[in-house]
Amino acid sequence: MANTDDAPKRTNRDDKDGDLAIVGRSVLINRPRSELFAYWRDFTNLPSFMEAVEKIQMTGEKRSVWTIRAPAGQTVELETEVTDVVDGESIAWRSVEGSQIKTEGRVTFTDAPADRGTVVSADIGYEPPAGDLGRVVAKLFAAEPNIQARHELKRFKMLMETGEIATGAYHRS
Amino acid sequence: MRALTWHGTQDVRVDTVPDPEIINPRDVILKVTSTAICGSDLHLYDGVIPGMKSGDILGHEFMGEVVEVGPKSTLMKGQRVVVPFTISCGQCFFCKNTQFSACDNSNPVAKQDASEKLYGHAMGGIFGYSHMTGGYAGGQAEYVRVPFSDVGPIVIPDGMEDEEVLFLSDILPTGWMAAENAEIEPGDTVAVWGAGPVGLFAVQSAKLMGAEQIIAIDHHPHRLELAKKFGAKTINFSETHVREALMEMTGGIGPDAVIDAVGMEAHGFAVDNVLDVVKQKLSPGADRGHALRQALLACRKGGRVSVPGVYGGMLDKWPLGAMMEKGLTIRTGQTHMQRYTKDLLHKIQEGEIDTTFLISHRLPLEEAPTGYENFHDKQNEWTKVVLKAH
Ligand SMILES: [Zn+2]
Ligand SMILES: [Zn+2]
Repeated sequence: MANTDDAPKRTNRDDKDGDLAIVGRSVLINRPRSELFAYWRDFTNLPSFMEAVEKIQMTGEKRSVWTIRAPAGQTVELETEVTDVVDGESIAWRSVEGSQIKTEGRVTFTDAPADRGTVVSADIGYEPPAGDLGRVVAKLFAAEPNIQARHELKRFKMLMETGEIATGAYHRS
Repeated sequence: MRALTWHGTQDVRVDTVPDPEIINPRDVILKVTSTAICGSDLHLYDGVIPGMKSGDILGHEFMGEVVEVGPKSTLMKGQRVVVPFTISCGQCFFCKNTQFSACDNSNPVAKQDASEKLYGHAMGGIFGYSHMTGGYAGGQAEYVRVPFSDVGPIVIPDGMEDEEVLFLSDILPTGWMAAENAEIEPGDTVAVWGAGPVGLFAVQSAKLMGAEQIIAIDHHPHRLELAKKFGAKTINFSETHVREALMEMTGGIGPDAVIDAVGMEAHGFAVDNVLDVVKQKLSPGADRGHALRQALLACRKGGRVSVPGVYGGMLDKWPLGAMMEKGLTIRTGQTHMQRYTKDLLHKIQEGEIDTTFLISHRLPLEEAPTGYENFHDKQNEWTKVVLKAH
């Protein structure tokens, strides 16, 4: 295709990348790029805003095991490895060979124009498995993966900008 | 605690519900001393705002005493505060830009989806105003949880009565911003549709900003009398052709600025209004826009249109041709509360703005359902209802 379109791939009408379905989103966060990069680079921080992720344990310099909440109090584990890091700019990861869930992702940090902070973009590709595990992945990516992606990023934005994640809750449950 | 809860169209009740708790670090818990019923609560009462659930606690105009403080709140126990109806984080692009009601971080993430789809962008949070604006419990209750308490609430100096300052929570800043959006210049003629609380504060504000002639339009004689008290001329639309009258009162030019302080429940006898009413009954997304259409047609060429009235959905038969051909400017929006509260508190202290004239009824919280019913059915006499929660 001729290069007449500067739009990110995640906005293509054909939302596929090879055998992976791709979803993604950008959010403007009113914080410095270095601060946001550093927070995300420490994967053990991610569960503070990723609702479906219970914890992330580093198992090597590049490898980590993600414990994901599944229906009925169950959990499922997903091992990932960091595939590419450009300091202050982007972090990419993918599920390791033989994982039950095939997924890959990249988060990119760009200075926003006019000192408005940082544009954080996530692109996540995944191959939804069938059967029981399919339900777990449905939980991980919500019913609609795009919704889940934008929810996680908006929670990240809230936490980074305000130090808390807004809730209409009235009682601690 | 006791709280006024929504159960369906024209069905509100005072129920016993659990007390609120501190959830986030910047929260406080407020013991509500005074809270008001707002014209936009009537939109909820009439069931024309989507996203309400049975048991939701209503109320977005309230004040009280801080009784519990989160670790990152800047308020202190015992302080008396008025709380703006919009919830603002103070840190996002919009808050930094003083567009507080457009806050990106106050509407909980999952609740943003509805407005993102309907409006193209997610709304900010509002107390007691449906799950589209966050599903926050409102202040028509004995106690209320106030998030981002370091940004919104304004501390009230000792010696000022609740009733002098309560309306800083919504209708006074809303009336002020309505006049500001009308870009009033000394000598202007300003027409205000709706002599309800916001319209009356818009009249006062327009006068303070130097308007020469202010014309209030309503069909409730008592509300028109109140407008007269603040120096406005009046048009009773049940007796008079509004546009013709406005032309005659301005030498054929029309008002320099028009303010629609009515919103989606405009009354009126024109054909477009009848159709709007039918459509609104069929689908809650449709708005009634008679007042706004009339305002656009009456406004002078090159004039300004300000819309503080609440609209939620879609409106057709929009006089786009009139807007373009006449070169009108339109400014709208939920009030950017924190921009105005401090200055307006000062104006109240200096006696420049009268706030208490509006209050026609004071009721204990227990009688809130009566308050709703009468405020809805007897707008001429029930101009503003204040509920005493303690
Ligand atoms: Zn209000
Ligand atoms: Zn904000």
